[in-house]
Amino acid sequence: MSKDIRIKKGLDIKLVGVAEKNITKISQSSIYAVKPEDFHGITPKLIAKEGTEVKAGDSLFYSKSDERILFSSPVSGKVIEIVRGARRKVLAVKIAATASQEYKDFGTKEASTMSAEEVKHHLFASGCWPFVKQRPYDVVANPDQAPKAIFISGYASAPLAADLDFTLAGKEAVLQAAITAVAKLTDGKVHVSVGVNSNSPLTDLNGIEVHKVSGPHPSGNVGTQIASIDPINKGEVVWVITPQDLVVIGELFLTGKLNVTRTVALTGSQFKNPQYVTAIAGAIIEDVTANNLQNENTRIISGNVLSGKEVKAAGFLGYYDNQITAIPEGDDYEFFGWNKPIFNKISTSRALTFSWLTPNKKYDLNTNTNGEHRAFVVTGSYEEVFPLDIYPMQLLKAFMYKDLDEMEALGGYEVAPEDFALTEFVCVSKQPHQKIIREGLDLMREELG
Amino acid sequence: MSLKQNLHNLKEKYKGTKMAPAFNAIHTFLYLPNEVTHGGTHIKAADDLKRTMNIVIMALVPCLLFGMFNAGYQHYAAIDGSLRTDVLANFFTFDNLWIGIIKVLPLVIVSYGVGLLVEFIFAVIKGHEVEEGYLVTGMLVPLIVPIDTPLWMLAVAVVFGVVIGKEVFGGTGMNILNPALTIRAFLFFAYPTWMSGDKVWVYDAVNRTGTADAISGETILGSYAQNQEVIYSTFDKFMGFIPGSVGETSTFLILVGAAILIFTKIASWRIILSAFVGAAVMGLIFNQIVAADIITDSSKFYGLMNTVWWEHLTIGGLAFGAVFMATDPVTGSQTNKGKWIYGFLIGFISIMIRVFNPAYPEGVFLAILLMNVFAPTIDHYVVQGNVKKRLKRTKVKIA
Repeated sequence: MSKDIRIKKGLDIKLVGVAEKNITKISQSSIYAVKPEDFHGITPKLIAKEGTEVKAGDSLFYSKSDERILFSSPVSGKVIEIVRGARRKVLAVKIAATASQEYKDFGTKEASTMSAEEVKHHLFASGCWPFVKQRPYDVVANPDQAPKAIFISGYASAPLAADLDFTLAGKEAVLQAAITAVAKLTDGKVHVSVGVNSNSPLTDLNGIEVHKVSGPHPSGNVGTQIASIDPINKGEVVWVITPQDLVVIGELFLTGKLNVTRTVALTGSQFKNPQYVTAIAGAIIEDVTANNLQNENTRIISGNVLSGKEVKAAGFLGYYDNQITAIPEGDDYEFFGWNKPIFNKISTSRALTFSWLTPNKKYDLNTNTNGEHRAFVVTGSYEEVFPLDIYPMQLLKAFMYKDLDEMEALGGYEVAPEDFALTEFVCVSKQPHQKIIREGLDLMREELG
Repeated sequence: MSLKQNLHNLKEKYKGTKMAPAFNAIHTFLYLPNEVTHGGTHIKAADDLKRTMNIVIMALVPCLLFGMFNAGYQHYAAIDGSLRTDVLANFFTFDNLWIGIIKVLPLVIVSYGVGLLVEFIFAVIKGHEVEEGYLVTGMLVPLIVPIDTPLWMLAVAVVFGVVIGKEVFGGTGMNILNPALTIRAFLFFAYPTWMSGDKVWVYDAVNRTGTADAISGETILGSYAQNQEVIYSTFDKFMGFIPGSVGETSTFLILVGAAILIFTKIASWRIILSAFVGAAVMGLIFNQIVAADIITDSSKFYGLMNTVWWEHLTIGGLAFGAVFMATDPVTGSQTNKGKWIYGFLIGFISIMIRVFNPAYPEGVFLAILLMNVFAPTIDHYVVQGNVKKRLKRTKVKIA
């Protein structure tokens, strides 16, 4: 029995620079990096040293809290630098790739004949475990907990997001192999959601429950889907895997290789040709975006404009990301910008802002905050874009004054930072919602486990 | 160098100094700042607090302009009652406006001048930015006081209201009571003779008291409270050609303001609607009491209880309070369900106080202040409903 998901509250942010549906194979980058900060909450213990020769799939570091969780090199080559920050914190492990790629052989496996423990160990050994994330807390899953279900969102509703129907097309076999494997990890169901009118290759897989999703963003956020299919209660855990990571897992089982090649959408108004390219996770940004980016005063984001991370041209594609967005920086003043009528920006109010007149117009938004940080004043605006059965402002305030009882009671277990991206976008007081949620979740995880 | 560049250089110069907030307040008034996003979402919606507050001020402007004409009109009409026979011909005259200019504008200037000075001082001392809350408060205050309020009195009240009503709690967004109503309440309790009676509502009535030229400016509520006949037509009441506080007389223009606020999604329509419903319900209850002969015309409550329920909505400060004061998001209820209850009780209690308060026949500001205090309690129970639902879900799972 599948349950369709219809979302009414939300906001589709339509931007200039939708990726054109053709995939360009770009030449392999020279430098790759794996950044421990991509795996929130993981403290890395290094295995590789500067100078170590690695193959794709060889471990670079493991998690201090659980040494079974390995993190692998996405390419073969030589570790050229361990970048460290304050207090010698490891920021990145940089690898100079060799021209021809060599893969560590993990052996082909038939998932249907394996036990849950065997699947787990295969994922550990190959460095695929970090693809399994958990809610609550939105971190790499704790393998000792039993998830009540696994959720996969095959529908991307974020601004300019890569069209998963397009990027996954033709990958039914690897997806099926991955589903068969991860289904072993839970006694519950594997919930897969697809767009209501989609021809997603996920639809016809065996061993899953398909949900059709419709409505504005954040309908594609897995948190929204969990809330409407099977909300998380205190003490429960669900696991979450993205479809592009399923492809990697599937390939591992079918070929025995760790191949973290992704179809990445280059989106946003600062790309000359917004399009799809293939790139390996951790690739240096300037190679992926070569000859395509207008570099003048550009914000490059690994991920989407709502919850992606700012990167420089010399930075690296995030480990989980399948999108790079480039938009203009907004570091300029605007004369009487606070009271003149606004036609070129998005707003959910009608306070001399006119985006409500043109719901289908594509906007070229920049990074200006459009106002200064203030205390919470306006009420009722978050609720319009927040589909979860949670009081967003009350939860944010509880997270700010760190009352653990309230954080728990108001729904802290059910949220991830990305669920608060839209409320942050519309916030008149320009409060950093996602940061508040992230820090609150970290505190809950520390105190409540 | 352009103005933009000059101001930018000055901003860099003031950065980190004590005067930075004061400079920034003026700078950001001219220019939307060059701040960019960091960490969270990379793009932000167009609205900020200045824009939000600006819409409220614009919604108040019709009331202010009308109030300025009405100041003169009530003055001359009190001297020469025949002016009332043709309101429209005698209302929009320059003589009327002139009275508004010499009496109402000073109230606006003192309210903004004193209030913003206090805000700037606090911003500089505490090192936070000057917040926009007072832009609206400063406009509301002159509209809810009697025309003859002495300016020094207003200045004292504004200082009290901003410091005790807002700054001690931490500024805009942190206050419990509506600052404008705190100012009104201070005036009412500190200088009651200037806030009620039959003299203060019409310009010059106080000065003329006891002379041969004495004029009266009894409000409708005052007349009803004394079981007297009221000379104004329903049209006068609705359009606002009646004595009262400066800006609250025209129900029509207040509804225009309400339409602006609701359309722009700045104010909660739930609060506005439920406040009117609450007032109507209380009015109907009183009407029924009179109809059942429980209260007869010998009672001192008869006049106001016998006022038809819908008339209550057009007289006194109810409409103004419901539209512009009750909808303050900081001091009002913050949950959508809570807003219904909060608004309803404001209307309900307003009419109750209006009828039963022997000293002063208007209860809107007291009702709103009372509900300001209870708004967090209402929200608490609304949010507990959500919490209970979550707990129940957990228990079903365990069972």
